[in-house]
Amino acid sequence: MIKYTFTKFTKWSVLKKLIFQEIDDLIIGSIGIVAFMSFLIGGVVAIQTALAIDNPLLPGNLIGFATRQSVVLEFAPTLISIIMAGKVGSFITSSIGTMRVTEQIDALEVMGINSFNYLIFPKIISLLLYPFLITLAMFLGILGGYIASVYAGFSTSFDFIQGIQLDFKVFHIVYSYIKTILFAFVLATIPSYHGFFMKGGALEVGKASNISFVWTSSVIIIINFIVTQLLLA
Amino acid sequence: MITIKKISKSFDDIKIIDEISAVFDKGKTNLIIGQSGSGKTVLMKCLLGLLDIDNGEILYDGKKFDKDNISTISNLRKQIGMVFQGSALFDSMTVLENIIFPLRMFSDNSDSEMITRAREVIKRVDLKDVDNKFPSEISGGMKKRVAIARAIVLNPKYLFCDEPNSGLDPKTAIIIDKLIQEITVEYNITTVVNTHDMNSVMEIGDKIIFLVDGKKIWEGTNHEILNTDDEMINDFVYSSELFKKVKLTQQKSKDLS
Repeated sequence: MIKYTFTKFTKWSVLKKLIFQEIDDLIIGSIGIVAFMSFLIGGVVAIQTALAIDNPLLPGNLIGFATRQSVVLEFAPTLISIIMAGKVGSFITSSIGTMRVTEQIDALEVMGINSFNYLIFPKIISLLLYPFLITLAMFLGILGGYIASVYAGFSTSFDFIQGIQLDFKVFHIVYSYIKTILFAFVLATIPSYHGFFMKGGALEVGKASNISFVWTSSVIIIINFIVTQLLLA
Repeated sequence: MITIKKISKSFDDIKIIDEISAVFDKGKTNLIIGQSGSGKTVLMKCLLGLLDIDNGEILYDGKKFDKDNISTISNLRKQIGMVFQGSALFDSMTVLENIIFPLRMFSDNSDSEMITRAREVIKRVDLKDVDNKFPSEISGGMKKRVAIARAIVLNPKYLFCDEPNSGLDPKTAIIIDKLIQEITVEYNITTVVNTHDMNSVMEIGDKIIFLVDGKKIWEGTNHEILNTDDEMINDFVYSSELFKKVKLTQQKSKDLS
C-alpha cells in the first residue's frame, strides 16, 4: 500500500486541493479537542504533583519542572496521539471504508486513477503538520499546569516558571518531535489501510473503525516504547 | 469492440467464470444476463481490470488488455466510462463537481471549458437544477443520470453499466435503459450492460449473452431470446407471471393466425 501511495501521482492541481482539504479535516478540525484535552491534562498533572509532594524540604519549583517533563515527554506527543487515533483515525477509516462499500474506490480505479495516491498521499502530507498540534498541546498543557497550580495556591508564579526552565534539555524536545513524526505516519497509514481493505457493508465500516483504533493506538504505544528505549534509556 | 477469449476466474478454487468467449460489438448495447450469482459482475470486473483473470485474453479493439503495461492501461482507462450499480458518485462533491471530475483529472481544459462540457452532458441526460446538489439530496433515478453523465463526459469508446436500473421504479428503469441505448448509438460506443431485468433485455438487448454458473450457455438478440426453445433460457425469461401471460398470448395469436 505504501509503495503504491508514492507512485503514479495524481495531477498536482487536484492533489493540492485534496491536501488543503485534509489539513482542514485532520489538523484544523482537531485543534479544539487537542487544546481542551491538553489544557486540562496539564492542570491535572500539576495538581497531582503538588498533592504528591507535601514535604516542605522539596523545592517549590518542582511542580513546574514535573509538569513540563510530563507534558513535553509523554502527555503531549503520546496521549494526544492516542486521542487522535480515536478522532482522526476513525474518521479516516470510516471515510475510506464508506468509499469502498459504495464502490467509489472502484470508480476511481476504473477511471485510471491511482486510488492509493489519491486518497492516502494527501493524508500523509497533511499530517506532516501534526507537530504543530503537538506544539500547541505542549504549550497549553504547561499553561494549564501553571494556572492550576498558581491559582489553586500550590505554587507561586515565580517558582512554577523557574521549574519550567530548570534543567531544560533541547534533546527532550527533539525526542518528542521524533515520536510525533512517527505517530503522524502511523495515524495516516494504519486507519487508511483498514478502510481501504475492508469488506462488507455499513456494519463492517463501524467494525473496521474500531479495529483501526485498537491497532493504531497499540502501534503508537509500541513505537513510544521503542523510541524511548533507543533515545532516552 | 471488445473481444474476450476463454477467460476464467476462480475464488478459492471455486470457478466463478468458466472459459467464457464473446464479442461485444461497437455501437450496440451488449447485455450480460443471468441469475444472481451467475458471474455477471465478476465478468464485468474482469473486463475492467478490477479483478485479475486466471486464464484467457481480453482485447479492446484488438489491443490486449494487459494490467502490467501501465501506459497502455492508463490510456485505455481514459476511454472507459462506467455506471455502477449504486451509482458510486463521490459523496463529498456536488453533481457538477462529480461530472467535471474526469475532465479535471485527464484534460487540460480551463474551468469554464470544463463547466461548459459538463453542462452539455447534464442536458443530454435530461437533468435540471441539480448542479449544486449533493448526491444525498437527489433521487435514485437522478443519481443514475449523473453517473451516466460522468461516464460519458470524456467521450468514452467503451461504456460499462452494472445493473443500471436496479432499485428504480419500472418507468424510470425504462427511461434509463433507453438513455443508455441512445447514447450508445449517438456516441458509437461499445456498451456492455449487466442485468437480470427482463424489461431491459426486451428494450435494449441488441446482443445478449446468457450466463449460468459462470458459463456462457447462449448468445443472441432480444428477438431471438423470446423465441428460443432452450428450456433454461425460457425458465429465466418467463419466470414472472407477466411474461408467462405475454408468451401465452403470443402463442394464442400464432395459433389463430
